Amino acid sequence: MATIDLLYFAWVREGIGTGSETVEPPPEVATVSGLIDWLSGRGAAYATTFADRTRLRAAVDQRFVPMDAPIIGAREVAIFPPVTGG
Amino acid sequence: MSISVQQAPINLAAELAAVGEAGAVATFIGHVRADDGVTGLTLEHYPGATEAALAALVDEARQRWRVSNARIVHRVGAMRPGEAIVFVAAAARYRHAALEACAFLIDRLKTDAPFWKQEMRGETSRWVEPRATDADAAARWTR
Repeated sequence: MATIDLLYFAWVREGIGTGSETVEPPPEVATVSGLIDWLSGRGAAYATTFADRTRLRAAVDQRFVPMDAPIIGAREVAIFPPVTGG
Repeated sequence: MSISVQQAPINLAAELAAVGEAGAVATFIGHVRADDGVTGLTLEHYPGATEAALAALVDEARQRWRVSNARIVHRVGAMRPGEAIVFVAAAARYRHAALEACAFLIDRLKTDAPFWKQEMRGETSRWVEPRATDADAAARWTR
């Protein structure tokens, strides 16, 4: 099974306690939301940070995607709050 | 390069000069506001994805309004109230194209580019929440 580099930004990064990590999810984890479900089962920090899905956005290999986007073959998945630049 | 994501303060005079000669040049400068006692602002971003998002916006502006030049400079890291956080410029033959392209770039930057603002008030910090009006402003450019 392939590994995926995860990136977290802003309060998601603070909540998880790291800006990046490499994970190896099981094959049945096929979408961004599936990945977040799987991560939420790994510990309280994940479950708490990912509790309100409406406040989360994601990118797969640096492209912004909806939560039901596939992650099969992805090398990098980023999870973050809605953006607030400018 | 028509985009820059940088820690350093924005040199407005140099940026404006670099836009070059054109019949019409429109610019937008966003400053850090001292809203309700804000003493500082820290900008986080997604390296790589940020630059790609800004470059895509500049490309789209070039195609839609046939601007002769367009530039986005956005700061990251720590800054203080009153400092420029973003500079946008669009140059074209006539004013309508320059003004519209400039407005498009800043409106869409706010929803498309992965930046996150954290406000400091003395010792306490708070992540800024997105505003619905920003999404509305960006949506008006959807074709």
